[in-house]
Amino acid sequence: MGETNGHSQANGQHYVGTRQIRPDGADKVTGRARFGADYNLAGQLIGRVLRSPHPHARIVSIDTSKAEALPGVKAVITRQDFADQPSEFIPAGEMMMNYKDVVRNVMAREKALYEGHAVAAVAATSTAIARRALKLIDVKYEVLPHVIDVVEAMRPDAPLLHDDLFTVGVEPKPEKPSNIAKRVEIKQGDVAAGFKKADLIIEREFKTAPVHQGYIEPHAALATVSEDGSTELWTTTQGHFIVRAHCARLLGLDIGKVRVTATEIGGGFGGKTVVYLEPLAIALSKKAKRPVKMVMSREEVFKASGPTSGATVRVKMGATKDGKFVAAFAELKYQAGAFQGSPVQPGTMCAYAPYDIENVHVIGYDVVSNRPKVAAYRAPGAPISEYAVESVVDEIAKKLGLDPIELRMMNAAHEGTKAAYGPKFGPIGLEETLNSIKKTEHWNTPLRKWQGRGVASGFWFNIGGETSVSLTVNEDGTISLMAGTPDIGGLRASLASVAADELGVSYDKVRPIIGDTGSLGFNFLTGGSRSAFSGSMAIVEAAKQIKAELCARACKLWEAKPDQVEWKDGAVRPLGALAEKVKPMTIADFAKVSGKTGGPIGGVGRINAQGAGPSFGTHLVDLEVDPETGRTTILRYTVAQDAGRALHPAYVEGQFQGGAVQGIGWALNEEYVYGTDGKLQNAGFLDYRMPVASDVPMIDAILVEVGNPKHPYGVRGVGETPIVPPLGAIANAMENATGIRFTELPMSPPKVLKALKEKGLNKV
Amino acid sequence: MRYEAPDSLEGAVALLAAANGDARVLAGGTDLLVQMRADVLEPELIVDIKRIPETRAVTEEKGGWRIGAAVTGAELKEHPRLKKVWPGVVEAANLIGSTQVQGRATLGGNLCNGSPAADSVPALIAAGALATLAGPRGKRDLPVEDVMLGPRKLALQKGEMVASFLLPARPARSSDAYLRFIPRTEMDIAVVGAGVSLTLDGGGVITAARVSLGAVAARVLLVSEAAQAIIGSRLDKPAQDRLEAAARAVCRPIDDKRGTIEFRIDVAAVLARRTALIALDRARTN
Amino acid sequence: MAKHHIEATVNGDAVEFLCETEDTLLDVLRDTLQLTGSKEGCASGDCGACSVTLDGRLVCSCLVLGCEVAGRKIETIEGLAKGETLHPLQKQFLEHAALQCGICTPGFLVAGKALLEKTLDPTETEVRYWLAGNLCRCTGYDKIVSAVMDTAAAMRKG
Repeated sequence: MGETNGHSQANGQHYVGTRQIRPDGADKVTGRARFGADYNLAGQLIGRVLRSPHPHARIVSIDTSKAEALPGVKAVITRQDFADQPSEFIPAGEMMMNYKDVVRNVMAREKALYEGHAVAAVAATSTAIARRALKLIDVKYEVLPHVIDVVEAMRPDAPLLHDDLFTVGVEPKPEKPSNIAKRVEIKQGDVAAGFKKADLIIEREFKTAPVHQGYIEPHAALATVSEDGSTELWTTTQGHFIVRAHCARLLGLDIGKVRVTATEIGGGFGGKTVVYLEPLAIALSKKAKRPVKMVMSREEVFKASGPTSGATVRVKMGATKDGKFVAAFAELKYQAGAFQGSPVQPGTMCAYAPYDIENVHVIGYDVVSNRPKVAAYRAPGAPISEYAVESVVDEIAKKLGLDPIELRMMNAAHEGTKAAYGPKFGPIGLEETLNSIKKTEHWNTPLRKWQGRGVASGFWFNIGGETSVSLTVNEDGTISLMAGTPDIGGLRASLASVAADELGVSYDKVRPIIGDTGSLGFNFLTGGSRSAFSGSMAIVEAAKQIKAELCARACKLWEAKPDQVEWKDGAVRPLGALAEKVKPMTIADFAKVSGKTGGPIGGVGRINAQGAGPSFGTHLVDLEVDPETGRTTILRYTVAQDAGRALHPAYVEGQFQGGAVQGIGWALNEEYVYGTDGKLQNAGFLDYRMPVASDVPMIDAILVEVGNPKHPYGVRGVGETPIVPPLGAIANAMENATGIRFTELPMSPPKVLKALKEKGLNKV
Repeated sequence: MRYEAPDSLEGAVALLAAANGDARVLAGGTDLLVQMRADVLEPELIVDIKRIPETRAVTEEKGGWRIGAAVTGAELKEHPRLKKVWPGVVEAANLIGSTQVQGRATLGGNLCNGSPAADSVPALIAAGALATLAGPRGKRDLPVEDVMLGPRKLALQKGEMVASFLLPARPARSSDAYLRFIPRTEMDIAVVGAGVSLTLDGGGVITAARVSLGAVAARVLLVSEAAQAIIGSRLDKPAQDRLEAAARAVCRPIDDKRGTIEFRIDVAAVLARRTALIALDRARTN
Repeated sequence: MAKHHIEATVNGDAVEFLCETEDTLLDVLRDTLQLTGSKEGCASGDCGACSVTLDGRLVCSCLVLGCEVAGRKIETIEGLAKGETLHPLQKQFLEHAALQCGICTPGFLVAGKALLEKTLDPTETEVRYWLAGNLCRCTGYDKIVSAVMDTAAAMRKG
């Protein structure tokens, strides 16, 4: 693909696939755009949260009387202000939420389960008073032994977090509770038989540390509750309809009475798909009878919002001497944090998805431990499992003397491959990404001593989901486009291009906004790389309605039959003999006479978008290791990824580049550091080391477009795949540079230097 | 919390001496404000010294340079001559934090924050800098290596503050350098810091040297054994080996989230050598 | 303790405000002067989202006290554009798609402008090190660096 979808303006111009200026751009470069903490309401109070200093403790009592008596304090809430929720899994959009866990994560009940767990909250007339009030709340804790590491937490004698957690997915059902919430499994063929056919078997164990999504904007919420119970909430979120559902449930409100506005959002990456402050702000506002604004500090973001799992992964692969993968096994153990729900299931499903392997068996364990509840982080679960697999694939290539790209090509999943997790792939672009990398100057540039090159591929399924958009034609022919998935990366530019092409209007005549929950039907959240995919699909539906309506109006105006008119290139056009009698009419023409021809013109797209196509990517990285200090410098980086069809190439490239750099941080420096006391030691940007501008080179982005036949424009989601290959690519490059296979992330300098020393290699 | 901004050293000293509770000097605020926000400090009095002329001036004195305690790293970098004479001191001050932090951070604050990982301190110690303190009993000079006694422990008495630093006159064929190890390329606190200042004779032999290591002990160290290891040499391989051994021997680091003991010792040796080589190279061309 | 009464200049306008000793300049800008363009990402000087210039010097406003700025000149993101005319850097950021979520953008623009006031011919490395105090989690910095370099080139041409 790559040309228009047959849609264009009357003058032949089209916007899809071009690099338009984003419609929210002027506000974003002038500081005008309003993010979560930029909202204020007259008379508002400031809310702050008291958090457990202990990683595991029974909450014996909470005495808030002194805090309540402090002048300026207008409300204090604790577990008593939230009704308990039964343990059952309830759909919230496409997620299954256990609200018993949600209510406890939002406000601790019987126990504090991690350092930073919310125990109480206050609303006061100033931040200073709120902070002082927190110090006056007297909480009596019975400190319990804690457990952080996933393997430790799986031991039968580990400190138990929940006495009602019995492992699901094992037979026979366990009689005793444990920290293992769930066992999942996918199977295809017969791995035992497969391993017997292998000439080479490699088995390795890998370990990764918890890492945070690292969005620069802390969580923020502003709530106001009226005397009749209607609630307005502004929050920085990836899914305001999901926020509405959670808050309504937790606070016993009618969904229709809660109106949530998604503010501009300063980064999410999956971490803003759940609620933390919102139910607290609403509960405080209800009690105080004034608006309440709450913003997390950076320390709270690290200690109390969900990072992704740390994990232990064992991979065993078998190949023939020609390089054909004949058997693949993996066992994944992922931390979920304080409540069940790590991304071990997608981790299991993605591990071997890039490869066409007859015999696959992957087992995964979801394990709780005394850490903040894990939240989604960009392709949740996949970077971890695919790091392990891509490392072993690299080792197979080396041991068999095969080129690592050739080895992957030989085994690459392609159209018709049945993935071990179930579906048969339609057209996919993995081979194209591998070929693109092979053709680059990067791949063919010689390296020097202590420099290494690594390649890795990756996969993410992408989703569709419930989506509602509205398209309205204004009296002057401009188009108001209302979408319901918060724009975290330039979505409005892509959607505006689609709407402009569909309706044949100029790009600058389309005004896209993200509507609040009162203005649109349900929208699942921005995640799963779905917002451009689903949003554009829904716009096509809405535009269809408008075009059909305008054709009908033309028939009335022209006294014509339906087969005498058609919509083409931005106008309703008369066909055949009729064309001699009347002229085509554009949107603007109809807008002028809308009142007289039937009323306001508009369309809605309300879909449950299906047909999301997976996006495959291949990354290539060169790095250099300083053998005397273990420090790694990334020299060069190239991403090739299949976008299906890039609605806006610059923002697609941006996804490739941003995900790659997050992967660089994850591979080399980022990790949660815990003391033996179970407390987080690096809860700030100084010691939680994310890449800065001088740490990385330019990230070359190659846009591959193998169209997704199930989308009107061929679009595939692209946002998540980019973070999947970097861990493996960088680990492979490290092996290439040092001869050492690093099986533990991050590959920080102390670890690298130690490994070099052990081999006597720590000299220039 | 009181805030005062006196315009004289005497005024500042009087405020500090009379304070009942915790009184803190404010220069760039890049440590003080962070600690206040983190509830580590709750001073009763903040004395902003930036209006005091002596703390803001860079002047030549006795062939050397007097640098006010509240001169920022960015200003040091922009000074037309200082970085030619003391490139190590200037580059050390400009490794603190980021461009934004360097726009505020000062040598005085960096020293008095009392962190053994402070970037500018090894360079100042290697330079043989003196800290001029102003206090209720007048002024006194202390070698910089004697100011920080341990983490957050200073040799200052009540009412005393650092007013300025004096860098000594420089013989010909002298120069200095500062290197630090951080895992990223910017922003991190030094895992190890090394400052070396040396002087060569006409034949390229080191006649004088000072070596200082940061973040490898409870205070920033002046390592005389490391200096002895290279004085009288041209920093050939045996001298480098002796330098590394001396650096290793003096380290008493901790294990923390930024580095292990083993790592710090290994890297201290490597950095001492690399820093000395840079200083040597600069001294040759001076 | 009575509040401090401070007079200063922000984006060329005379302002006066009251603040507590412990209020930072960032607190004052956002909460008192309602200039919410400067953002709080960390309150510890590690992310640069609060970048402003103080008497022409690039600083983190979270590391400056409100009561320190009496008589001084502050420039924030809100002062970058002149009326309806965007600064070349703002234009290039939009052309290059050098922003995704946009939360770090004000800080990068203020920092970028400060760099271009020092030199119109920075190397890529100089740009990266100058901007190392501005964290971005979305873009991977590539398009931001390109935008700054291209702005420098455009401004060199006059």
